[in-house]
Amino acid sequence: MSVKGSVIAQFEQVAREQKKTLVPLSDDLVLLDSGLDSLCLAIIVARLEDALGVDPFDADADAAFPVTVGDFIRLYEDAAH
Amino acid sequence: MPPTDRTTDRTSLWSCLSGAGPLSERALWGAEASVSLGDLVDGGSLGGRLEELRDRSVLIATRDQLTAALALIELDGVASRLVLCPPDLPAEHVPYVAATAAVDAQVSDRPTPELDAPGVGTFVTCSPKIAPGGCDRSAAYATEWILLTSGTTGRPKMVVHTLASLSGAITGGGTPATPAVWTTFYDIRRYGGLQIFLRALLGGGSMVLSSARESTGDFLIRAGAHGVTHISGTPSHWRRALMSPSAHQIAPRYVRLSGEIADQAILDHLRACYPDARIAHAFASTEAGVAFEVGDGRAGFPASLIGPHGGDIELKVENGSLRIRSTRTAAGYLGDPGEALLDADGFVDTADMLERRGDRYYFVGRRGGIINVGGLKVHPEEVEAVINGHPRVRMSLVRTRKSPITGALVVADVVLNAEADAANGRAVELEQEIMRRCRETLPRHKVPAAINFVPGLTVNATGKLVRRDA
Repeated sequence: MSVKGSVIAQFEQVAREQKKTLVPLSDDLVLLDSGLDSLCLAIIVARLEDALGVDPFDADADAAFPVTVGDFIRLYEDAAH
Repeated sequence: MPPTDRTTDRTSLWSCLSGAGPLSERALWGAEASVSLGDLVDGGSLGGRLEELRDRSVLIATRDQLTAALALIELDGVASRLVLCPPDLPAEHVPYVAATAAVDAQVSDRPTPELDAPGVGTFVTCSPKIAPGGCDRSAAYATEWILLTSGTTGRPKMVVHTLASLSGAITGGGTPATPAVWTTFYDIRRYGGLQIFLRALLGGGSMVLSSARESTGDFLIRAGAHGVTHISGTPSHWRRALMSPSAHQIAPRYVRLSGEIADQAILDHLRACYPDARIAHAFASTEAGVAFEVGDGRAGFPASLIGPHGGDIELKVENGSLRIRSTRTAAGYLGDPGEALLDADGFVDTADMLERRGDRYYFVGRRGGIINVGGLKVHPEEVEAVINGHPRVRMSLVRTRKSPITGALVVADVVLNAEADAANGRAVELEQEIMRRCRETLPRHKVPAAINFVPGLTVNATGKLVRRDA
């Protein structure tokens, strides 16, 4: 699965587990408007670290916090390369 | 029993805030309603029924922070005891809280009591619509303020403060050239939020109150519209704020972090976002009070803060954890939480573990494996009890996993009765069963984010699970 595919799969999986209604995902959707809260995002970041072997938040503290879903995916794509 | 040392003409929150700056220019702004402090001179929020609450032990159980704020302003010094219910107090603990605090009156902003407290006869409604009269706030008590904090068993610990201990770290006051407008992501019914509320009122400023029903973005826009100058939150609150496109809607002079470990990354991110602000991280706990504030932009704190310096606070490190003795610590616990608040020398053991590197100390976690998920404490034993209730589980260890979003997450190492269960393809199914069990009985932040099946866990000579401190 592509990095983007893995990220989106985790969004959907965690939303289901946490009983959150996920807004249809697009690159310019603001993360905080996605229907997921901080706890959901924290779980997604932990699962992605296990699945992809990278934690882009840890690796590069200089990178700005992601604001949109597209920013979030790019963080992982950049870290995976 | 509530305290009985009645005298007249004590100072109270109302008398202190009235003396701190012109009331008519100051306000409390909630998400749905606002109150000018000037309106409280000739009126009140309690429908003229303040006198019914005089001398009482009052449970403040409101839905909104604004009404809780008004009740505190009007009742400090008047009621003998104020029990401040946090918004998520589980209903099952209310009878214990009410009985332990000898509660005999309840204030809520709903037409009926927000919480079902057996035997509490008097019920008074609090409204942001200020009605004339009912505002003789002559103070007879150093009112006890009871704050609730999470305990090992899930039953809240009831921590006794007074206005004096709560406001001990607040200096200055007077009327600054530009009055401060404070806000916080916290709820003011928790220690961290209450500090900010008191700073705003006693420092002559105004305050924007957050709301659980408002998004981070909307809150930041509203805070910006009121010209917020001072703003406080946990590192997790701030990480969330920095993920919002509205982070730039505020231009604060002062940015404060507390309630969790402030790592270098979040301090740097805040510096980049608010280059003109003074950025400080503070250490405080409900029991120990505010200990210190670090303003040099670096994680951790200078080792020189440890040791006697005179003044009203002393810090020491014992068995790796931070201990605090000060005039701002709580007076004690109500009821029997099974532990003493102060050690023999009058220090509060914070259970926050420190590590010294060079001339600085760094927080590395909590003793006893307590996990801080976005500012909410999780006692591992409580989660382990739920997991261990599964018939196929022999034992479990709940521990912390670092998170760049919430500071920490809960994860569990689980030993199954039959090791074969973990290997024979039942693992995924069992994991889901255990997760479901946790979700059914625990608040969300206590549910493990991951379950690892392990062959065994280390048990020490006294038969206790070995937990790594931190």
